[in-house]
Amino acid sequence: MTRVLHRFKGGVHLPDHKAESNGRPIHAAPVPRQLVIPLRQHIGNPARPVVEVGQQVLKGQIIAEADGYISAAVHASSSGTVTAIGPALVPHVSGLPDDCITIETDGRDAWIDHAPIDYQALAPADLRMRLRDMGLAGLGGAVFPSAVKLDPGAHACPTLIVNGGECEPWITCDDLLMRTRADEILQGVRVMRHLLGSTEILVGIEDNKPEAIAAMQAAAAGFDFAVEVIAVPTIYPAGGAKQMIETLTGRQVPSGKLSTDIGIQVFNVGTAYALARAVFHGEPLISRLVTVTGHVLRPQNFEVLIGTPMQRLIDLAGDRDGATGVLMGGPMMGMPMPSSEVPVVKATNCILVKSDALFPPLPAMLPCIRCTRCADVCPAELQPQELFRFAKAGDFGRAQEYHLFDCIECGCCSYVCPSHIPLVDYYRYAKSEIWAREREKRAADLARARHEFRLFRLEREKKEKAEKLAAKAQAKRAELAAEAAAPGATGEADAKKALIAAALARAQAKKAEVAPKNIDQLPPDKQREIEEIEARRAKIRELARQPLETDETKP
Amino acid sequence: MPAPFVIDHSSVTQVMAWVLVALLPGIAAHVWLFGPGILVTLALATVTAVVAEAAMLKARGYPVRPFLTDLSAIVTAWLLALCLPSLAPWWLIVTGTLFAIVVAKHLYGGLGQNVFNPAMVGYAVLLISFPVQMTSWPGPLALTGTPLSLADSAAIIFGGAPKAVLDAVTMATPLDTLRTGLLQQHTVDEIMTQPIFGHVGGAGFEWLAGAFLAGGLVLWALRIISWRVPLAFLAGVWLAAGFLHFFDAGRYGAPWFHLFAPSVMLGAFFIATDPVSGSTTPLGKLIFGFGAGVLTIIIRTWGGYPDGVAFAVLLMNVAVPLIDQYTQPRIYGGAPGREKGSSR
Repeated sequence: MTRVLHRFKGGVHLPDHKAESNGRPIHAAPVPRQLVIPLRQHIGNPARPVVEVGQQVLKGQIIAEADGYISAAVHASSSGTVTAIGPALVPHVSGLPDDCITIETDGRDAWIDHAPIDYQALAPADLRMRLRDMGLAGLGGAVFPSAVKLDPGAHACPTLIVNGGECEPWITCDDLLMRTRADEILQGVRVMRHLLGSTEILVGIEDNKPEAIAAMQAAAAGFDFAVEVIAVPTIYPAGGAKQMIETLTGRQVPSGKLSTDIGIQVFNVGTAYALARAVFHGEPLISRLVTVTGHVLRPQNFEVLIGTPMQRLIDLAGDRDGATGVLMGGPMMGMPMPSSEVPVVKATNCILVKSDALFPPLPAMLPCIRCTRCADVCPAELQPQELFRFAKAGDFGRAQEYHLFDCIECGCCSYVCPSHIPLVDYYRYAKSEIWAREREKRAADLARARHEFRLFRLEREKKEKAEKLAAKAQAKRAELAAEAAAPGATGEADAKKALIAAALARAQAKKAEVAPKNIDQLPPDKQREIEEIEARRAKIRELARQPLETDETKP
Repeated sequence: MPAPFVIDHSSVTQVMAWVLVALLPGIAAHVWLFGPGILVTLALATVTAVVAEAAMLKARGYPVRPFLTDLSAIVTAWLLALCLPSLAPWWLIVTGTLFAIVVAKHLYGGLGQNVFNPAMVGYAVLLISFPVQMTSWPGPLALTGTPLSLADSAAIIFGGAPKAVLDAVTMATPLDTLRTGLLQQHTVDEIMTQPIFGHVGGAGFEWLAGAFLAGGLVLWALRIISWRVPLAFLAGVWLAAGFLHFFDAGRYGAPWFHLFAPSVMLGAFFIATDPVSGSTTPLGKLIFGFGAGVLTIIIRTWGGYPDGVAFAVLLMNVAVPLIDQYTQPRIYGGAPGREKGSSR
């Protein structure tokens, strides 16, 4: 049976540059002297440290636990001593430091006790908690905590798509993973299938990876459930989740919804592999395959411990003169790194070293001529030229009306733009402006609510106080009236007089109380000092007046 | 620099250069059929446009080189030149080109900002201001029988030749002839017997139209232009003319005759396809092209001028923001292209 494939709209054909790095076998990168492991490696809450500085840790030990449902644990990638917990440079475009745990490795690479998980014996919810504690997150780039995605919730999830698209140029880590570890990928799929209850398993691989397709097909034949391995046309961004879904099933994820709403879940092949290691070997996510390519002597793939500085890998692949920067990811969606010393994280699929020859500086930008080539290639089927116009004009409301937030930032529009406009930048800018405004609005709303409550509270307290006072006065009056009535009726006037006298006495006492006390009973020297100061001040006041007078006398 | 870090090898210069290349068959046909006068007109318009563009860029504080080398000014100059009578006086060419570049392009904000097609603004200004010069078209060489050399043509254009020389070669264009004939109560069939008419269009003129068509197909094959605007434009002309012709063949010209006027082919493939002043949505392009086609026939039939392509395109330019707003295509995932005020 051959599956009818569907063509998603848009996309571009790119020079794929896969051959540079996919010809060499996977190399295990050695344990570095120091590991810097960020706490925020996944979407959601950053992990909470559970170790202290100076503590010995073993390989695979939890060093920070998941904080909440959408979070994932972080583990020591090798054995050693925790030397720091705090901000360090992380692989983020901003170059801002973020909380990390630094481990000085001891070279023993000694594992903590670990054992396979009997996944069939555990309740699904418990299994998911275990996977969250194994630090599993999507390795395709988005690093969304896998345990959350493995919860079908109220939806049935009949279709499970395993994404081996890897459509970004230069990157080959998924290709090598599928070629060499197809069986374990499918072992991971077995667990996914168990949790999601999927009946249809589709593996989509771009047809520029024939070895990977063959390896996956061969492995699929040995499984007791049906796996369809499908070659999809090579066109960027065929490996985008939404595009892969459309290619394989002909269905589109409705705008603003999740794929599970239409009964489809998508996982990257690397995630399936990591899941298999976790379940069948008890190994948390502490390493991954990383392609090191571009301007290096021997572009290749490494099995890398999370936390390894990128420069160690560049050195292993052969550092060259003339490098102009390092990207994490591919040339279409990758992020420029603030330094080559930042650590490899769960999201690091590729370290792409730039040079002027491979990535010449982009030509100067010209105005938009509305040629709509961007609209022709937009896989989200947006009108990028309109979004650009609105973003540039700061008309963010209209940008939202034209579905700015459906943009997947694939970069196709910027790639084809004859005016060389960095369109995606404008969209990122507009999105961040909108987020900032919404945050501000929320903060303002909260402040207003608080202020209104404060006014209400003050009003209420005033009222309560007045009521209390009135009640008290009433009681006093009654008391006095009773007293007066006893020795002989001196009348209402006396009672009032007594009341006033009592109030005056209270006021006097209060006044004495609030009078400043720090100048009372000063020691004599202090008193003298104060007097001297007062005298000086008086003199200064006098002097300050003098120039005016002299001015008047000397015209 | 953020992602993406790679770009396709395309540029505005490349797009404009292809438009110029695609105009070459039309220019060649023009020389073959009407003599070399068009070359002088093109050269003069080009020089004027480049000088005006450079001066305006400088005046507006823009870097001259990157904008001058985008070739957009030359495209405007050539399109305008090809719309002018090929022996038009030099000041007509200069005035039209200056108006197109200075007013229609730069005073509206320069490249990418002009609401109206600059070449058509230049043309419309000339047609309204100098109707006599704008309608003094040299006839096809095959009919006039007096081939002019390049030097003769230049002499006429720069005013160095007696007026009689020009008068000897000018004659009414096919559209003029049809218009005048109809005003004199002749039927279309009677008018069409005159020698100025050829197989389907005007004698010679139809070949010029064919050459523009060929160039336009090249642009489409290279995906410089989409098929939508030209096809819709031609369909608009054909259907509107055909509708009228069907009801009264005696009073309205045949659709093929209207289609094979050079202005229609130039308009459909080179002028209405100007991305800056045209619609950007797929459906909008169809509406824009079709509207311009229908308006062309309406203006030809009931308007004050024999041809209507320029005014039709300008009228549709005005409607572009409206068309775009209401024709936003649905996006991936099925949502309508424009949420109506939902996010405000």
